[in-house]
Amino acid sequence: MVFVAIVVLLALLGPLLAPYSPIATIGIPGQAPSAAHILGLDFEGRDVLSRLLYGGRTTLFMCVVATLLTYAVGLTIGLIAGYTRSLVDSLLMRLVDVFLSLPALLVMLVMVSALGPGQFVLIFSSALVLFPGVARIVRTSTLEVSRRGYVEAATARGESTTSILRREILPNIAGPIIADLGLRFSWSLILISSVNFLGLGIAPPNPDWGLMIAENRIIISENLYAVLAPSVVIAILILGVNLVGDAFVRSLGESRGQP
Amino acid sequence: MAVFLVRRLLSAAGTLVVVSALLYFVTNVLPGNVALVVLGKNATPARVRALDARLGYDHSIFVRYLDWLGGVLHGNFGQSAVAVALHDPRTAISSTLSSPLSNSLILAAIAALLLIPLTFVLGAFSGLFAGRKLDNVISGPLLISGGLPEFVTGSLLILVFFNTLNLLPPISSLGPGQSPFSEPKALVLPVVTLLAVTVGSGARQVRAGVVEVLRGDYVQYARLNGVNERRIVIWYVLRNALATSVQVIAQNLQYLAGGIIVVESIFDYPGIGEYLVQAVQARDTNKVLAAAIILAAFYVLINILADLIVVYLVPKLRTEMA
Amino acid sequence: MSDAQRNALELKDVRIDVSSHDAIISGVNLEMRRGEILGLVGESGSGKTTTALSIFGYWGRGLKLTQGQIVIGGEVMSTQQIFRSARGRLVSYVPQNPGVALNPSLRIGNAIRDMIRHERIVTTQPEEVSSMLVRVGLPGDSDFTRRYPHQLSGGQQQRVCIAASLASRPTLIVLDEPTTGLDVVTQELVLEELTRLRDKENVAMLYITHDLAVAAKIAQRIAVMYAGRVVEQGSAEEVLRKPRHPYTRGLVASTPDHLVIRPLTPLQGMAPSLRERTAGCPFAPRCPQRVDLCERELPELLEISLGHKVRCPEWNRTPSVDWTTLKARTEVESQTDVPTALKVAGLGAEYRSRGQNVVAAMDVSFSVPRGGCVALVGESGSGKTTIARVIAGLHAPVKGVIQFRGESLSGLAKHRSIEQRRGIQIVFQNPSDALNPRHSVETAIARPARLLRRMNRNDASSEVRRLLDAVRLPTSVARRYPAELSGGERQRVAIARALAAGPEILVCDEITSSLDVSVQAVVLELLRDIRTEFGLSIVFITHDLGVVATVADRVLVLENGLICEEGNTMEVMRSPKHAYTRRLLDAAPSLIAAINKWDTDEGHVD
Repeated sequence: MVFVAIVVLLALLGPLLAPYSPIATIGIPGQAPSAAHILGLDFEGRDVLSRLLYGGRTTLFMCVVATLLTYAVGLTIGLIAGYTRSLVDSLLMRLVDVFLSLPALLVMLVMVSALGPGQFVLIFSSALVLFPGVARIVRTSTLEVSRRGYVEAATARGESTTSILRREILPNIAGPIIADLGLRFSWSLILISSVNFLGLGIAPPNPDWGLMIAENRIIISENLYAVLAPSVVIAILILGVNLVGDAFVRSLGESRGQP
Repeated sequence: MAVFLVRRLLSAAGTLVVVSALLYFVTNVLPGNVALVVLGKNATPARVRALDARLGYDHSIFVRYLDWLGGVLHGNFGQSAVAVALHDPRTAISSTLSSPLSNSLILAAIAALLLIPLTFVLGAFSGLFAGRKLDNVISGPLLISGGLPEFVTGSLLILVFFNTLNLLPPISSLGPGQSPFSEPKALVLPVVTLLAVTVGSGARQVRAGVVEVLRGDYVQYARLNGVNERRIVIWYVLRNALATSVQVIAQNLQYLAGGIIVVESIFDYPGIGEYLVQAVQARDTNKVLAAAIILAAFYVLINILADLIVVYLVPKLRTEMA
Repeated sequence: MSDAQRNALELKDVRIDVSSHDAIISGVNLEMRRGEILGLVGESGSGKTTTALSIFGYWGRGLKLTQGQIVIGGEVMSTQQIFRSARGRLVSYVPQNPGVALNPSLRIGNAIRDMIRHERIVTTQPEEVSSMLVRVGLPGDSDFTRRYPHQLSGGQQQRVCIAASLASRPTLIVLDEPTTGLDVVTQELVLEELTRLRDKENVAMLYITHDLAVAAKIAQRIAVMYAGRVVEQGSAEEVLRKPRHPYTRGLVASTPDHLVIRPLTPLQGMAPSLRERTAGCPFAPRCPQRVDLCERELPELLEISLGHKVRCPEWNRTPSVDWTTLKARTEVESQTDVPTALKVAGLGAEYRSRGQNVVAAMDVSFSVPRGGCVALVGESGSGKTTIARVIAGLHAPVKGVIQFRGESLSGLAKHRSIEQRRGIQIVFQNPSDALNPRHSVETAIARPARLLRRMNRNDASSEVRRLLDAVRLPTSVARRYPAELSGGERQRVAIARALAAGPEILVCDEITSSLDVSVQAVVLELLRDIRTEFGLSIVFITHDLGVVATVADRVLVLENGLICEEGNTMEVMRSPKHAYTRRLLDAAPSLIAAINKWDTDEGHVD
C-alpha cells in the first residue's frame, strides 16, 4: 500500500521535482551515473531521473480513464444481462464472447493500426478489451443475487426494474466488483505500458516508462539504470496494486462474516 | 460426443468468421490513410489514387472482404501495401509468413511443453501444502513473476543474464530463414520470460482450485471413513482439481498468443509477433490482418481443445453428452 | 471383559474448546452398547455435530479436546494416530448430504472399495462390492457399480453411503442427520433399512437428528443435548413419554404431529450463544421451573432410575405431557357459508429447466375462505412452490384464472394493480436471504408500507413499531441489520414486512422448514395469532404433515402437479382416500404413533 502511494505520488508530483527538462538533450548519450545525474543519461543524452519523474503521468491517467470506462460499460451490460435473463442476456453474452475470443494485446495493436497511435485510441481499446471480463463477473453476481428472497419480495411488490437494480442488487454485488477492480486496473496498466513499450503508444520524445525500457536497451551495457529504473518502478506499481487488491478481498471476506 | 465436437468446431468457425470480419472492417475503416502513410513523404493525390487502385481499394468494402476471406481460405493472404508501393516484386504476403510462423511455433511449442507440467506441479504442491513452508516458498516468487508484464520481466532477465553474468544474448541474432535451433541460446530467455508470466499466474490459480477441493465435503467424508490418505490426495483431490486446472492451463496457452508479441519484440526474435508489430508500425494492413487472423485461429483452437478435455474429465458432463 | 460385553462407545466427560477457551461441548458422557441405536437429539448450536465428529478425532479449525476420553469398542483413543487407525475400522460416517459427500469423479463401485480397509483393497473381489450393495437394497450388477454419483437419486446415494459405512465392518456408525434431505417416503425406506441392518449386522448406530419423531421411530435410547451439554439420557420411551428435563418436555410440546390437531406450547426465549453461557444451568433463563440454585450452580447429571439420567435438580416438578387428552382430541372446524378470499381455477404452470419445459402444475383448482388457512402439501416436485409463486405474482401461469376480490389477477406482479399487490403478500423459506443485508429492519419493513400504502415516513415508522410488536420482537430491533439477527428473528421480520402492506392474503412458502423445532413452534403460534388479529387468509405451503395439522383448516395434497386429495384437515389425516395420501401419512414420523405403539406394547389400552 505504501509502495503504491509512493509511486503514484512520484508519478503525479514528479515533474515538480525533476532537476532537468525531460526532453532536452544534455550530454553524451549513455553516460554512467554521476553526481549531477543520479541515474545517468539515456540513449539520447537526456537525464534519466527527470524522464523517470515525468514518465508516469500519462500512463496512469490513461489507465484510470480506461478502467472507469471499462466499468461504466461492463457494469451496465452485466446488470442488464444478469437481471433480465432473457433473449437480451444471450445476445449480450454472445457479443461479449466475441471480444473474449481474441488475445487482448492483439486487439489493441489492430486498433492502433486502424486508428493510429494516441491516447484516446489506447484508452478506448483498453476498455474494449477489458469490459467483457467485468460484464461476466457482474452478470454472474447479478444472477446469484437475483435469486435471493429479498429480491423476489421486491418483485412481488411490483417494484420497477431500475428500483430493484439500484436498491436491492447493486449494493449487494459490490463485493466481487471491488475485488475485481484492482485486477482490472493492473491489467490496463500492463496492456497500455506494453503497447508503449512496442513503440506504438506514446510517441517519442515524450517520456514514458514502458517506452524508456524499449529505447534504452541499446545502451544497456553503458548505463543499465536507464532500463532498470523504469522497470523497477513499473514492477512496484503493478505488484503494489495487486497486493492492495488482494488485501481488500480478504478483508471483505472477513467482514462479511456469517450470513 | 461426436455431435458435441462437430457443434463446437462449427461454432468456432463461426466465431472466426465474425472475428475476421470485425478485424477486416476495423483495419480498413480509413482506406485512404493506408496509402498516405505508406507513401509517406512521396504522397501526392495522384500517387495515392494509383496505389489505391493497385491495392484494390476502389471496390466496396464488402466485396474486398469476401475476396480477402476467400483468399485466406486458400492460403493467399493478399498483397503487402508497402511492397506494392515500393514496386517490390515480392508482394505476396503468404511467402513472407512461413518463416516467422514456424519460428513462433517453435518458441510457443517449447514454452507450452514446459508450461503444462510446471503449472500443474507447482500449483498442486503449493495447494496441497497450503499455508506451510513449501507453499510460501513457491507462491511468493510466483506472485511476483506472474504479475509483471513480459517486457519488465524480460528486461530484468536481460540485465541479469547479459549485463551481469554475460551468459546469454540479449537479442537473438537470427537471420531470415535461419532455424532457431542453430542458435539454441537465443531461445532460452524468451522461453523463460514467457514461462515466468504464465506459470506465475497459472500455478496460483491451480493452487486455488486445489485448496477449494481440499475444503470440500467429499474429502472430509473420505477422511472420516478412513480412506487411505495417498488415495485421497490422488483420486479425490487432484483428480477433481484437474478440470479447473485444464481450463487454467488453456487460458495461459491462449495468453501465449498475445504474450509472444511482446517477448519477440524484446529479444528481436523473428517470429510472427514481431512481424505483426512491424506491420502495425508500417501500417501495412494486409500484413496486420494476416498475422492477426493466424493468432486468433490459434487462440480459438486452444479453446476447443480445452473444452473437449474438460468434458472428458468431468464425469457429469461426459455422461450428459453420451 | 469379552468383546461382546465391551461398550461400542464411551464418551467420558468430553470437553472441546474453541480458541477463546469457551467450551462448545462440555462434560459430555455417553455410553452405547453394541448393536444399539442411540438418538442424539438437539437443535442448532446444541453441540451434537461437534460431539459426533469428536468420536473421529476430527474437530474443526481452532478447536481442541481439553478434557475427557473417547473409547470406541474398548479401545482408548489417546493419540491422533490411534484416531486415524480407528476411522473406518471401528467407526464410520454417514453424511447429511450424500450428493456432495460422494466423490463426483469416482464410480460407485470404486467408492465403496475405497471404504474397505486399505489392506484389503488388493484382494477385494467385485463380488464383495456387489454383495454390499445388495445388502442395502441396491442392484449389485456391474451396470450399477459403474455409475457416477450424479446418476443416482438422493435415496440411492444415501444407501450407497450406508453400504460404504458398513463396508469395513465397524463397531459403530455415526449418522449425521442422514434423512434430512430426503423426502418423507424415501426417509421411511432408509429408516427401515437401517433398523434391518442393525439387527443383522449387530452394529451400533449413533443417529443425530433434530426431529424427535424420527428419533422415536428408530432409536432405542435417546440423549438430548442443549448448549453443549447432555441434559437428559435414557430409553426412548422414558425420555419421550415422560420427559424429566424441562427442555426435553418443551421440545416434545413443540413438535407438531399429524395425528393430532393441537396448539403447540413453545418455549420462551432463545438458546444461549457460545459466549452467553453462564455459570449455572444453561437452560435456566428460559426455564419455567427454575429456582435460585439453578442460576448459581451447574446441575449434575443425576441417575433418577436405571439408565435414565437428567441434568436438573427440579426434575420431579416437571409437568407430564398429557397424552391421553391429546390423543382423544378431535377438532373438526367446519367452514360453511364463509366468503371466499381467493379462488384458483384450472391453474397450469410450467418452468424451463435445462432447456426443457417442465410441467409444474396441471389443472389446479381450490378456494381459500376468508380468515381460513389452506395448506398445499406435497414432496419436492409436486408443484406446490410454483403455485405459491404464481399466486404471489412471481411466475406467470400458462393456463387458468386466479380470482381476487372479484377480479382476475394478471400473472406477474408488475402487471397487477396496487390494490392487488397490497392484497397478496408472500413470505419465503430461507431466512438467511429473506432480507437485504444492506437495509436495516426499519427500512425493510417500512418499504411496502411506503410503496404500496403511500405512507409518509412518520406514519411508516409507527407502523413498523406496531408490526414488530405484533410479531413479538422488541422495537429496538428496528435499528438492527439482518446479520445481527437469528434465523427465527429474521423470519419474523419477513412476516412483519409482509404485513406492512396490509394484505388480505398471506402466502407462506415453507416458512418454517429451515427453522429449529422450538423456533418453528414460536412462528406457527405467532401465525395463528396474527391470523385472527389481522383477519388474514393464509395459503400455507409445506412438506411436513405435522405442520399442516397444526395450522391448516383445509389441506390439498399434490403429487406431480395434480391435486390428488383435498378436504378438511382432520378428515384427510384420519381417513385419507387417495393412495398417495395414505403413503405419505404412513411414512411420516409421529411421536403420537410411537407413544401409541409403546402403549399397546405394554398392554395399555386406550
